[in-house]
Amino acid sequence: MEHWSPTATISTTDSGPQPPSVAMRLARDPKVVFAGGFILLLIVIAVAAPLVAPQDPLAQNLLAATLPPIGFTDAEPGFLLGTDGLGRDVLSRVIFGTRVSLTVAFVAAGLACLIGSLLGLFAGYLGNVVDTAISRLVDIWMAFPPVLLSILLVAILGTGLHSVIAAIVVIDWTRFCRVVRTETKSQAQMDYVVAARTVGFSRPAILFREIFPNVVPVLIALLTLEMGIAVVVEAILSFVGLSVSSDTPTWGGMIAEGRQIVHEAWWVLAVPLSALFATVVAFNQLGDGLARSLDPVLRR
Amino acid sequence: MLFAVVANRVAMALLTLAGVAVVVFILLRVVPGDPISMMISPGATEADIAALKAHYGLDAPLLTQFWIWIAGVVTGDFGTSITLHRYVTEVLASRLPATLELAILALLVAVLLGGMIAIAGTLMRRTAGETVIDGLNSILLAVPDFIWALALVLLFAVAIPVLPLTGRIDPELAEDFATKFYLAESILTGRFAVAANIVSHMIMPTLALALPLAAVIVRLLKQSLKEAMVQDYVLLARIKGFRELRLVLQEALRNAVGPTLALTGVQFTFLIGGTVIVERIFSYPGIGNLAIDAVINRDFPLIQGLVLLFGLIFILINIGVDFAVATLNPRLRHS
Repeated sequence: MEHWSPTATISTTDSGPQPPSVAMRLARDPKVVFAGGFILLLIVIAVAAPLVAPQDPLAQNLLAATLPPIGFTDAEPGFLLGTDGLGRDVLSRVIFGTRVSLTVAFVAAGLACLIGSLLGLFAGYLGNVVDTAISRLVDIWMAFPPVLLSILLVAILGTGLHSVIAAIVVIDWTRFCRVVRTETKSQAQMDYVVAARTVGFSRPAILFREIFPNVVPVLIALLTLEMGIAVVVEAILSFVGLSVSSDTPTWGGMIAEGRQIVHEAWWVLAVPLSALFATVVAFNQLGDGLARSLDPVLRR
Repeated sequence: MLFAVVANRVAMALLTLAGVAVVVFILLRVVPGDPISMMISPGATEADIAALKAHYGLDAPLLTQFWIWIAGVVTGDFGTSITLHRYVTEVLASRLPATLELAILALLVAVLLGGMIAIAGTLMRRTAGETVIDGLNSILLAVPDFIWALALVLLFAVAIPVLPLTGRIDPELAEDFATKFYLAESILTGRFAVAANIVSHMIMPTLALALPLAAVIVRLLKQSLKEAMVQDYVLLARIKGFRELRLVLQEALRNAVGPTLALTGVQFTFLIGGTVIVERIFSYPGIGNLAIDAVINRDFPLIQGLVLLFGLIFILINIGVDFAVATLNPRLRHS
């Protein structure tokens, strides 16, 4: 933990300097390197999807329906991972599907993090009535099964990317709120906070300049894990038919189609499911690695 | 002391349930589409719509609707399902046993599987075997029930087609049951062929729900066991000449199981939440599958009943876990 030390000047705004070796430590952690590298690759694929995809993801060709991947009998060279029930190229659709998945991962997880950690900071630092009110709200929220609540919310808000993101934010802010509240509470007991109060720092200054930087490591790891969760929730909503419209390729939508024709064309299910699996595992491993490298307690 | 703790928990639980009731009621009433617009035929007149709204009490002011609903709930009347035309309590009662059997079976599988792997990992500590278990488990921890369910479909319905893909029981066997607890009833009445049929339907959804929980149990229980294995009482038992397996099972396990028990309870609520999508994937006729249909059809009374039922189950599990942990922990028991 970075403690406020008497030798440092009080006027410094940089209250939580990271030790210089953080970047080095991250670069040496195989989890961070491999998982982070995979996610960077996904980002590149999503951005450059029209350039990377071998076919138009929406082009139907009923004469070339349910072609198996290369290496199986009846495969056609143009379709590396086969085609779906409407003759659309599975590989190209998975490539374009990364766009929806990553958008949801970054936007939904980011917003949930923002809202949840703000409420958690207030609850943990202000205590009393604020803490009781926010904690009770979290309890009520946690009494809903998350999948049911997300389906309910999307049914209410109407289908579409915005609704999916809103639903994930509305449900998962509690994860951040609970962790940040606990962390803030324990930080608020520390000597450096007492010292800052003694020298007359205002409450917002203590909260955001002193306490918040020390909560950040936990928050980054949690954010990465949440991105993995968001990708799965989007897939589940697509699977139930409540995500973006059916002419936008999504992994969940492909999985739903693949589930219907699994006996005729297993690859329509297997390919997007593998993409989803790899992405979720990558976000999780990255979160693990970051937690280990950034958390001062785990580091020791 | 324990009584005060429990009373406090129950009061908190009732408050939470009341909060859940308010939240779901408000959420549903801000919906743009109402259930009437989902059920009318294209030729319906304004008067028809008004008559239907009056029939289901949807024309009353919101506060009145809420009051009528809450007054009913307190007396055990959850209203009538708009799409199924049956009492909500009756629908829930007919569907809940399927979900309970599935969730409890999944919990048992998770505890047995997770417990065995954790013990095996403890016996193999500081060997290559432990590294393999840890490596695999760190990946499995990331995989949610949704992905497991579909991976199992690929494995057991396509690659090795040995298991039925959908349903709870073959339709022709579902005739003569006195209760809706098909699995428990068929075992208790000695109809093992029927029980085997039910189990074959339940294997995939059970595994999909159990495997994520098993991974969590492996990580925590193995860590607790390893910590317990270096304690003095284990050393003493080892000096007495007890074998390694007996050290783990008789000495370490008893002292290490506490944290895992508490976490398993919390995770069990996640498992029950997971039944919603897993039941959907396998067309399993429980309350989870019912919930998705209810939401898609905007069946207000049914959704309200289902959410309260889920909330109640979650809260009961949490209270049960608190109680079990408090009873098992001597320090809390005597404080």
